[in-house]
Amino acid sequence: MIPVRKAYGRPLDLRQGRVEMMHGSGGRAMAQLIDELFLSRLGNAHPGAGNDAAVLPAAAGRLVVSTDSHVVSPLFFPGGDIGCLSVNGTINDVAVMGATPLYLAAGFILEEGFPLADLARIVDSMAQAAAAAGVPVVTGDTKVVQRGRGDGVYITTTGVGVVADGEDWSGDRARPGDSIIVSGGIGEHGMAIMAQRESIGFAADIVSDTAPLHGLIAAMRASGADIHVVRDPTRGGVATTLNEIARQSRVGMMLRESEVPVQPQVAAACEFLGLDPLYVANEGRLLAIVAAADAERLLAAMRAHPLARHAALIGSVHQDAQCFVQMSTKLGGRRVVDWLSGDQLPRIC
Amino acid sequence: MKFIDEFRDRELAHGLAAAIGRAAQPQRDYQFMEFCGGHTHAIARYGVSDLLPANVRMIHGPGCPVCVLPIGRIDMAIRLAMDEGVILCSYGDPLRVPASGGLSLLRARAALAGGGEIRMVYCAADALRLAQENAQRQVVFFAIGFETTTPPTAVVIRQARALGLRNFSVLCCHVLTPAAIASILESPEVRQWGSVRLDGFIGPAHVSTIIGSRPYEFFAAEYRKPVVIAGFEPLDVMQAILMLIAQLNSGRAVVENEFARAVTREGNRKAQRMVAEVFELRRSFAWRGLGELPYSALRIRREFADYDAERRFPISYQAVPDHPACECGAVLRGARRPQDCRIFGSVCTPENPVGSCMVSSEGACAAHYSFGRFADAKVAP
Repeated sequence: MIPVRKAYGRPLDLRQGRVEMMHGSGGRAMAQLIDELFLSRLGNAHPGAGNDAAVLPAAAGRLVVSTDSHVVSPLFFPGGDIGCLSVNGTINDVAVMGATPLYLAAGFILEEGFPLADLARIVDSMAQAAAAAGVPVVTGDTKVVQRGRGDGVYITTTGVGVVADGEDWSGDRARPGDSIIVSGGIGEHGMAIMAQRESIGFAADIVSDTAPLHGLIAAMRASGADIHVVRDPTRGGVATTLNEIARQSRVGMMLRESEVPVQPQVAAACEFLGLDPLYVANEGRLLAIVAAADAERLLAAMRAHPLARHAALIGSVHQDAQCFVQMSTKLGGRRVVDWLSGDQLPRIC
Repeated sequence: MKFIDEFRDRELAHGLAAAIGRAAQPQRDYQFMEFCGGHTHAIARYGVSDLLPANVRMIHGPGCPVCVLPIGRIDMAIRLAMDEGVILCSYGDPLRVPASGGLSLLRARAALAGGGEIRMVYCAADALRLAQENAQRQVVFFAIGFETTTPPTAVVIRQARALGLRNFSVLCCHVLTPAAIASILESPEVRQWGSVRLDGFIGPAHVSTIIGSRPYEFFAAEYRKPVVIAGFEPLDVMQAILMLIAQLNSGRAVVENEFARAVTREGNRKAQRMVAEVFELRRSFAWRGLGELPYSALRIRREFADYDAERRFPISYQAVPDHPACECGAVLRGARRPQDCRIFGSVCTPENPVGSCMVSSEGACAAHYSFGRFADAKVAP
C-alpha cells in the first residue's frame, strides 16, 4: 500500500531560509509558504479558507471599508513592528468612523532574499495583534519581487467593519464651539522610528504608541457624548489631521500649546532634530471633536480607558472662512499650525 | 524640559513684554534686524511679535544658510550626483531648494538614473562614515552654513586625510556672518536711500559661540548700530529687544551679550584654529539676494586640495538668475517683507518654493507663511 504522502517534502526552514522567487510563483513552494508560515499563524478557521476569497456572514448596519499600505523602515522598532502596525493601523481607520471592525485582509509584497525567520516574526506579531483586537485576518495574498526591488516586506491590509444606522462621525461635522480632544501624548511612534533609524541614543526609550483603538472608541460611544469627528493622526501628525478636518468642515481651530501632551523624551528628541511634535506620526492616538457641553463627560470616559489615560482637551473650533488652524503659544503669542509641507526635514542651525 | 522651558516661560514673557512697552518711547519707532534664521523661526513659532508694542518692528535678516545659497551652487551639487555618479551627502533642508531646470536635490534624487545617489545626513561625520563604508564610490559632502557648521566640516577633512581616504571630498559653500552684516549696512537701501532703517541688530546665537562677540564691535563702532547677541529661545529674543531699546534710548551703540551662557568675547579658539588650518578666504562668493560679496566665504586650502570637490571633479560655479518675480533678494536685505512679494503664498508656497526663503523653516517667507499669515488675513476667532 502506498503511504499517504505529506504535502511537502521538508518543512520550511524558518531559521536559515529566505524568500525565493518560487515562493511567489503559484506552485507548490507558494502553497507551502502560505500553509506553514501564514495560515498556521493567522488561522484558517473561516469557511472558504483555501479558496480565492473569504465568504463571511453579512452583518446588520452599514459597511465601512478601509485600506492601508505599510512600508515602514526599520521593520522592527521599539514598541512594535510592521506586522502589528499593519493590523492596528487599519483597525483604527475603520474604528474612527464609529464602526466596529470585523475582518481584515492582508497583502504581502516580499523581497527575494528576505529571511523567513523575520517574516515569521512579523506574521506572529500580526496574529497576536489581530487576536488581541478580536479582528481576524480572513484572506490574504503574497507576491515576491526580485532582490533590490522591494524593501524586505510591504504589507497592505484592508479592514471591514459595520457602523450602526444613526452613528454619523465624519470629518465634515466639526462645528464652531466644539471642543478638540487628543487621547494622549503625541509624536511617540514617529520619534521611536526616527530614534531607531538615526541611532539617537538619548531617545532610545521612546516606544511606538501603536495600538488598536476600537476598544477606546467603543467606550467613547458608550459615554453618550455628542461626538462629531474622530480621526487617528498618523502621517503628518496632529497638525495635518486637524487641517484636514478644518478644511472638510469649513471651520477654524484654536489650540492651546500648553495643553498639548508631549512626553519629555519626545519633546527632547524633537528639539534636538529641530522637529515639531505636532507634525510627527502617531499610530495609537486619536483626535475627537465633540460638542463643548459633552467635552468633560467624554474626557472622563476616555481617561478611564488604559489607552487614553493622558487624554487632554487641547482646543476649540470656531468660525473661519480661511480654515486656519492656529495655536496660542506657551509664550502667549499666536501662530498658524499649517499643513505639513513635504517631509519634515531636520534644520541645520 | 530643563534649560528649554525656562526660556519659554509665559510669566517671564509677559513681564518682559511689559518692560519693553515701558521702555519703548511712544514718540518714535524702533526697527531691529534679527540676523539669524533661528531668531526668525523663534519669533514666528512662538508669536513673539504679538507681545511687542506696535512701534517695535522686527526685520528678518539673511542669516539662513539655506536661503543665501545661490541656485548655481545647488546646481553644482546636483551635477556631482547626476554627471559624476558620486554619493552626494547633504543636510536635510538644502534638499528642497529650487535649482535650475525645475530641479532640486530631492527632485534630482527621484530622477537619478546613473550610479549617483543623493543622501540626507545629520552631520558631516555621517558623510565620512559613508565614504569609509563605500570604498569603491566617491562620496561628496555638500558643506553649507555659517560659522556654526564650519568646524565640523574642518574636522572631517582632517580626519579624511588622517585616514588616507581617497574617495571623500567636500563641496565647500561655507559663508561668513560679518561679511553679510557689512553688506546689509552698505546696501543702498540702508546707506543712500534710507528705505530700510535699521536701528540695531540681534546678533547670531550659535555662530557667536564659535566666532565670539568681538567681530561685531566694528559694526557698533563704525556704523553706530547697537548689537545684542541673543540665544534662539523666545525669551532670549525679547530680552535682546529690551537691551537694544535701552541702548538706543541712551544714545549708545555697543555690542552686548544676552547669550552669555554660551558666548564669550573670544569665541571658541580651538574651533577657530581648526577652521583656519583647513580653510582660507575666497576672494569673492555669490550670495543669493546679496550678490557677489568680497571675502565673504571659505574655500579649502591647497594643502587639503585632495578633499576639495571643486578641484577633484570638473564642475564650476555658473551664475543663474533668480526667478524674475521672486523678491527673496529684497527680503534677505530687509528691504521687503515676505507678504509684500507678489507671488508670496500664491505661486510660491512651501510645497512649491520659487525662492529659497520659502524653503527652510528658518527662511523669512516660510516662517511667515507657516506661522504668521493669519495676521494678513485679518481673521479674529
